[in-house]
Amino acid sequence: MAQNTFSSNARRWLGVLPFFLFAILFLILPSTRLFIGSFTNSQGRFTFDNILQLFQQANILSAYWLSIRISAVTALGGGILGFLLAYSVTIGGLPNSLRSILITFSGVASNFAGVPLAFAFVATLGRTGFITALLKGFGINIYDAGFNLYSFAGLSLTYMYFQFPLMVLIMAPALDGLRKEWREAAQNLGATYSQYWMRVAMPILLPSILGAMILLFGNAFGAYATAYALTGGTLPIVTIQIGAQIRGDVLHNPGLGYAMAIGMVFIMTISLIGYSLLQKRTEKWLK
Amino acid sequence: MNRLRKVPFWSWIWFVLGALYFVLPLYATFGFSLEMQRDKLSFLAYQRAFADPEFWKTFGYSNFVAVLTILVSALLSIPTAYWIRLRLPEARRLVEFITLLPFVIPAIILVFGLIRIYSAPVSVPFTQLVLFQPLTNSRVGTTILIVAGYTVLALPYMYRSVDTGLRTIDVATLTEAAQSLGANWSTIMLRVIFPNLRSALLSGALLTFAIVVGEVTLASFLGVPAFGPYLFLLGQHRAYEPAALSFASFILTWIAMGLIQLFTGGQGQAAGAH
Repeated sequence: MAQNTFSSNARRWLGVLPFFLFAILFLILPSTRLFIGSFTNSQGRFTFDNILQLFQQANILSAYWLSIRISAVTALGGGILGFLLAYSVTIGGLPNSLRSILITFSGVASNFAGVPLAFAFVATLGRTGFITALLKGFGINIYDAGFNLYSFAGLSLTYMYFQFPLMVLIMAPALDGLRKEWREAAQNLGATYSQYWMRVAMPILLPSILGAMILLFGNAFGAYATAYALTGGTLPIVTIQIGAQIRGDVLHNPGLGYAMAIGMVFIMTISLIGYSLLQKRTEKWLK
Repeated sequence: MNRLRKVPFWSWIWFVLGALYFVLPLYATFGFSLEMQRDKLSFLAYQRAFADPEFWKTFGYSNFVAVLTILVSALLSIPTAYWIRLRLPEARRLVEFITLLPFVIPAIILVFGLIRIYSAPVSVPFTQLVLFQPLTNSRVGTTILIVAGYTVLALPYMYRSVDTGLRTIDVATLTEAAQSLGANWSTIMLRVIFPNLRSALLSGALLTFAIVVGEVTLASFLGVPAFGPYLFLLGQHRAYEPAALSFASFILTWIAMGLIQLFTGGQGQAAGAH
């Protein structure tokens, strides 16, 4: 009998074997390799040294700091613009046809990244770009004023192109979830529109806004292709540094390269946990 | 009451601002791509770009990889999600956890790990028995790796959309009904489950296509002759053709997303594309 349940159990798990086999071979094994590598020294022994080095080497710290700043700035900027856009087409009173245009466009733009996006921004804000030339016509030279597309500001503006559409896609359903009854109830109790927003709508929306911004943060933090195509690897964000480490051991310590990668996974994990916690709070009010 | 129904002045401001952000880079790219000939607007850049046999080779390869990725991720997702719903609910949490992992493992980290594992010969664990030579050394090997890598990136989206699709149909009843009519497993999968998942699969497939065809990170580190790295290299020594191809790939993305909208009314966004 025991034999029987065992074999039927094994048969049941056999059905998901291909999935687990694939996941182990191409997801678990590679990430475990990086994880183990980050705790291994050049003699192949266990060490915490690589992890400690992350916090001691100035160039690594500054790479993380630059990545965090770019991700935070574009999450905040993209989050605000995306929220206002989602607001304008959901409850902001714009015609319904604009809504479907915006949603379709957001779907395209949030998936438009990498080399084509970088080229598009060179054609727009590069030294001879469209807007650069346009502003020159008005007597404003943005490059003389200190702007550079291949820098922090330029990369942030480029990232914004896929950041705020993602915010639109996340926030539009959440704003739809605001019930008309809540606003009417507030009005009947004598609340002004701004009071309604500050005391009713915002507290309900805030977890979902913050959660979406955290998602945007992770979205920018893991980005490599756009930055590489735009700056050619001159702006030392974490992903660019890891890319250089893959091509050749630029850190002169393979273990340190693995530790950098694991550090990224760690930050991404924290942001995903933050997102899912906020998501749970959101679901209390908004379905 | 009036305060709530006034002309949505600010809404228009935000909308116009957003629309400009969307459109200006595209307008600039398109405009630039037409300026290849002096003093005259023309589609010469497009003609030149599409006349390059290298373009067709890399674009063809990327499409081939995209189709393989869609097939593999569908073949992994459908039976697994189906089986978990029907017979193995205790595996649900574990499988969902695995499909979440690509969200915390960016493409650059994934390719780092893949290269470190598969640039060495793969042997049977704890023995010296070599199963196969390093995958990174051959074209077939790198193609296997890149399809596997893209499948990992597509998995969260593919698995979730299949699982959501299965939730709307009564899997157990349908399966029993089919079995009592004498259907075998392959008939159940192909003629009962699959047709019910058509729109979920279609949107997963189109999204995968949109992301895979222009992808650069995995493609350049694995050294495959794909469209993304080709476009990047073209940008190093040409000006107008890359702009033309960038604009064309935007149109391609738009077509894919438009089709998703048409078939499902839903929206997709996958991990690891940027």
